[in-house]
Amino acid sequence: MTQPDDDIRLTAQPLDVAAAVAFVSDGRAGGIDVFLGTTRAETSPDGRELVALDYEAYEQMATEQLRDLARRAREQWPVVKLALLHRTGRVAVGEPSVLIAVATPHRAESFEACRWLIDTLKKDVAIWKKEVWADGSGTWVHPENSGGTPKPR
Amino acid sequence: MTVTVKLFAILRERAGAAELRLDLGQRATVATARDALGERVPSIREYLPRVAWAVNRSYASVETELRDGDELAAIPAVSGGRSR
Repeated sequence: MTQPDDDIRLTAQPLDVAAAVAFVSDGRAGGIDVFLGTTRAETSPDGRELVALDYEAYEQMATEQLRDLARRAREQWPVVKLALLHRTGRVAVGEPSVLIAVATPHRAESFEACRWLIDTLKKDVAIWKKEVWADGSGTWVHPENSGGTPKPR
Repeated sequence: MTVTVKLFAILRERAGAAELRLDLGQRATVATARDALGERVPSIREYLPRVAWAVNRSYASVETELRDGDELAAIPAVSGGRSR
């Protein structure tokens, strides 16, 4: 399960970057890498503006998957402390939906671990997003339109 | 056996339900449940060949055998990033 050195959560509350950095700050670490994934402004092909993304999670499974990601990161890099937070609910343009903070003894490891965590998280964690447009309409983003589905493993 | 089926995102909206129960025969696989789900909820049938499945919160193949009380989830492709 989650180690005391990990903060791994889904949350409906705004992500607090300063709190996450404070959580992973540790005298054993020489580098902290922080990644924020944010809602990017978009315009639909027919000219509508994106105002937010709505995130929906299979909460128990997604939380277990995030914990598993943390465990696998710790197998590959000497992670001192780790925060892995993902929003649910509505995230406005410009606001963060995912926050990863990794503290390691040396900076190269923190960059690598953080990069691997966000890339892997996006592939198969059970969280979905719906684009919310200025006219009130919504579009589920399902990459079967442009990519694959997660593989059983 | 009875299994609980959880639906998310577009499947949940199309079905108008986040969760339902399916009564299946004595021996059933994920594929059995998928077919029964399509019969029960025709509005999502077209999606079912393309979704992934999780049994008790772990990804599972359609050949996976189910047990009474299992939690089966239909997992539409996760949101990931958009490369455009």
